[in-house]
Amino acid sequence: MMAAMPILETVHLTREAGGKKLVEDISVAVERAEVLAVAGPSGAGKSCLLRLLNRLDEPTSGTVYLEGKDYRALAPRELRRRVGMMTQMPYLFPGTVTENLRFGPRQQGKHLSGAEVDALLERVGLRQRAAHPVEHLSGGEAQRVSLARALANRPCVLLLDEPTSALDEGSKQEVETLILDVVRQNALTCIVVTHDMAQAARMADRVLLLKAGRLARIGGTREVLHAEGNLS
Amino acid sequence: MLKAIFPSQLALGAAQAALCATVALLVAWIARRREIRVERETAVALARGLAQIVAVGSVLVLLLRGPQWTSVFVLAGMTVAAAATSARRARGIPGAFAVSLYSIGAGAGLLIVVMTLAGVIDAGIASLVPMGSMLIANAMNTNSLALNRFRAEVEAHAGLIETGVALGAAAPETVLPYARAAYHASLIPPIDSLRSLGIVWIPGLMTGMLLSGARPLYAAIYQFVTISMMFSCAGLTSLVSTLLIRNRVFTAAEQLILRPGLKA
Repeated sequence: MMAAMPILETVHLTREAGGKKLVEDISVAVERAEVLAVAGPSGAGKSCLLRLLNRLDEPTSGTVYLEGKDYRALAPRELRRRVGMMTQMPYLFPGTVTENLRFGPRQQGKHLSGAEVDALLERVGLRQRAAHPVEHLSGGEAQRVSLARALANRPCVLLLDEPTSALDEGSKQEVETLILDVVRQNALTCIVVTHDMAQAARMADRVLLLKAGRLARIGGTREVLHAEGNLS
Repeated sequence: MLKAIFPSQLALGAAQAALCATVALLVAWIARRREIRVERETAVALARGLAQIVAVGSVLVLLLRGPQWTSVFVLAGMTVAAAATSARRARGIPGAFAVSLYSIGAGAGLLIVVMTLAGVIDAGIASLVPMGSMLIANAMNTNSLALNRFRAEVEAHAGLIETGVALGAAAPETVLPYARAAYHASLIPPIDSLRSLGIVWIPGLMTGMLLSGARPLYAAIYQFVTISMMFSCAGLTSLVSTLLIRNRVFTAAEQLILRPGLKA
């Protein structure tokens, strides 16, 4: 039987900047509906690796295959619609929650109806907030809107860059649970960057451990964390 | 006081220049005390400015007696020099010189051609070159302000811009609000010049016209004409500049080049 094609695969992915190798020779395949955590200490190149996956930064060498196709052959805008991203800071556009949710589809000439906006907000637990100005949202609510906005583009892969690290303890747990629910319910492929090993253990099927830009270890969550002494 | 000490005109000029340069350096030193480092830039600009104006002053008489067609080359040379100066305000943006050249060329060049053909600017080299240089300098200042503000806005909003790009937006669209802000900011000096004309500011051109015997009303109207031209020139320059620069802060794959702390 033929093995299923990975939805996303990096091949010898490397990025150098300012004479320094930020990410070096990363080859990893991510399966459909898999949650992969990219963990490691500060400055290990986690966020840099994530930015290479939707081509916000250009690899110095190596490439990424999205559903078997070299992503350099895809139009960057098309690639970024298919590989959604949620960052540490929500970076909401000035305006209402609805305007933020409609931003992505509008770039493709699509109009998100009121019902579709409500459905997205329902998924992130923000009913009745459609007309709310974003500057009045709490940190946790803003991050939920950021997630809903990324989902509005119907991505096949979702990249999460430390999605809860800027939140207070109460919101952190809520947002993490919400992300996990949304990802599992929609069978989304998800790559989450975290410096928190416990979060990696709670969220991911596999963990990719980066050290100084290089792949130090990859495997099942328990296996990697156990080997690193983070799981007894 | 200086006139009493320096009876010779040349010595007096040198003393006046030295005094004014000292005051400018003093201002830069005060800025440095407040941790704003402009002293090197000020010193270089003062030295360059003095050397350039003395050099031009020395050849101006010859230049203004030359054939009329030389004015085209003189003004073209000034445009290139203005573009090179202005492009330094957009360090880190590839193609800033070309953007500056097109913008200053479009803003000042178009105004000079149209107004000369319409008879607003006298076609004689003695009036075309000084008036043209005024418009080119004005375009250069506006372009510098626009580029500088645009770069600062983009760096300050890099997160928001990349969010838009990551959501599949056309990269130049994501910097549109910052191009508009830069356009608006660059037009503040010419708008203020127009507003304060005659109240705060009686420009040298009008004074010169009055001293050379022009009717006061015509001198006043012509001053308004000049300042209006400068405003139009600034508006056009900034429009072209902010339009062209939007594409230059991204790579071909729509990756933001200007990010704080980024070393490519």
